[in-house]
Amino acid sequence: MTAHPRIWHLVLILSIFSTPLVIMYVYQVIDSIASPDPGSLIPGEIDLSNWRFLWERIDMGRPSIWMVTFNTFIFASTTAFLVTLLSTTAGYALSRLDMPGRPYFLGGLIILHAFPTITLIIAIFIILQFLGLFDTLLGIILVKAALELPFGVWIMKGFYDTVPWEIEMAGVQDGASRFRVWWELVLPQVKPGLAALLIISFLSGWSEFVLPLVLAPGSSTQVLSTYMNAVIQDDASADFGLFKAIGMFYSIPVIVIYLVFQKQLMNIYGGGTKG
Amino acid sequence: MELRLENFTKRFGDVTVIENMDLTVNSGEMMALLGPSGCGKSTTLFAICGIHKMNGGALYFGDRDVTTVSAQGRSVGVVFQNYALYPHMTAEQNIGFPLKVQRMPKAEIRREVERLADLVQIGNLLDRRPAELSGGQQQRVALARAMIRKPDVLLLDEPLANLDAKLRLEMRSEIRRIQRETGITAILVTHDQVEAMSMCDRIALMRDGKIVQLDTPEQMYRNPQSQFVAGFLGNPPISFLPARADASLTLANGQTIERPPGLEAMGDVVLGIRPEHFGPQHGTGLKGKVVFVEPQGREELVDVRLDGGGDIRSILPAGDPIRPGETVDWGIAPGTILAFGPNGDRL
Ligand SMILES: Nc1ncnc2c1ncn2[C@@H]1O[C@H](COP(=O)(O)OP(=O)(O)OP(=O)(O)O)[C@@H](O)[C@H]1O
Ligand SMILES: [Mg+2]
Repeated sequence: MTAHPRIWHLVLILSIFSTPLVIMYVYQVIDSIASPDPGSLIPGEIDLSNWRFLWERIDMGRPSIWMVTFNTFIFASTTAFLVTLLSTTAGYALSRLDMPGRPYFLGGLIILHAFPTITLIIAIFIILQFLGLFDTLLGIILVKAALELPFGVWIMKGFYDTVPWEIEMAGVQDGASRFRVWWELVLPQVKPGLAALLIISFLSGWSEFVLPLVLAPGSSTQVLSTYMNAVIQDDASADFGLFKAIGMFYSIPVIVIYLVFQKQLMNIYGGGTKG
Repeated sequence: MELRLENFTKRFGDVTVIENMDLTVNSGEMMALLGPSGCGKSTTLFAICGIHKMNGGALYFGDRDVTTVSAQGRSVGVVFQNYALYPHMTAEQNIGFPLKVQRMPKAEIRREVERLADLVQIGNLLDRRPAELSGGQQQRVALARAMIRKPDVLLLDEPLANLDAKLRLEMRSEIRRIQRETGITAILVTHDQVEAMSMCDRIALMRDGKIVQLDTPEQMYRNPQSQFVAGFLGNPPISFLPARADASLTLANGQTIERPPGLEAMGDVVLGIRPEHFGPQHGTGLKGKVVFVEPQGREELVDVRLDGGGDIRSILPAGDPIRPGETVDWGIAPGTILAFGPNGDRL
């Protein structure tokens, strides 16, 4: 161990503050697969019955977990795809094209990004009701994508800004059309941003709770977050082991994605400087 | 191919950057666009390659009027100041890109890329990405990419600005060699007079959006048409001394020198004396005191403050024991004095 002595202070402080979190996570895992004796912190024997929701319906009124997971996946991935697609084109326009009102548009993006979503929920509810999209997956996908867009557009614009202007001019001079220049020469430079944005908006969709809760309360459009909510609120049978197991199930994809895509995710916080 | 700009005018909003400029570059010639920063060199270049639209005038490649042709439709190769290589492509893909756009068969592209790589001498680096190449090698790749389409004209925007001094010297002669070998018509934009003089057949010296003189390097150096041109060319620069011309030339400090033959002007003039034309080897005539000596290896620069005021620079072979503070009485080579009127025009 040749770690710098200075770092040790930091590590120590960080450990102290994160210990409660770590303990909570440890018990989250343990309790989901063990049945502790009442009033004891020591886990008893291994008990997989908490995970029974995977192979049977936990009660008749609920949709199967697999359908809920499928809903969640469709919701998160379609949102991520939409956000990335629109941000990729809008970010380019904002970064490169000299369009009227550009500064106001940019300012608007930041304000929209900072705007608390929850205050809009009634208005959105009415709009969805009006469009007949209330309690549909498509409805919450559109809303979620719209709310994520300002962030995505802003990030992508930042990545485009780092691509030298001359590269595009060189491409045009080499005889390529503007579209081809964008597709073949510029887009590859912003790939890290694209990947990061895709992952981040997927994760954001995966963990979204308020929008599906309010705008898609029906059981056919349930996603994992609202499913969990329904389970815990069911006071007829408060089963914390079950709840913890579902929580584990819900967070495994997030953990996996973070582990696999760490590097891509860090890109976004570097502001795409290495574009 | 000959390139002709007629009455070229370029405005950005209300600001007219270039007004009614005429420029003809002969076929196979290398022309320098030289001038101080902001004089409109890049603007002219971008108008020629089609990135900027012209607000007035016409542009011809040979007999073909390309004024309204898009950048893609013009046959122009451009080397940008920062090379603008495509970072995600190898050198080979970079060089071959213009042909790929033209949907040329792969085998043919490959053959052409190899031909160009030989020309710019990077045959062994073709599978590297730009980040894995040195500045000089990137420069060569950029040059090869600009030339692979066999363009009508080659445009170089400050191609040497990003290189270190030694590499600059090397690439200077390389670019010239490649231009000569291919016989391509080329325009070099630079604010470095040494580059312009050493690489180009002719120089167009620009100031505030106008060409003030267009000449061969030797002519422009020896026979500048204005004080601006004389001051811009030459390193170390020329010295200017205000004087009154009557029977002889009386400097502002009271010293007199003989009228150079052929000078007819009377009244207030400004004399231009190049450093190599002032020194002890040219006899005597101007008295002063050495204020500064700057050794440069092979030669040294000597700044002399004339008695009664006025500074004049001299360049001498190194080794002469000259010290600051020394009083000197040096002469000017006969027939080399340049005289300019009060408005800066050559007399
Ligand atoms: N897009 C633009 N909008 C407004 N003004 C511009 C634009 N591009 C250039 N100019 C102005 O036009 C003038 C000439 O610019 P240009 O880039 O041609 O100069 P340059 O001779 O290339 O200088 P340098 O040696 O610094 O590159 C400058 O005064 C500049 O401010
Ligand atoms: Mg320039």
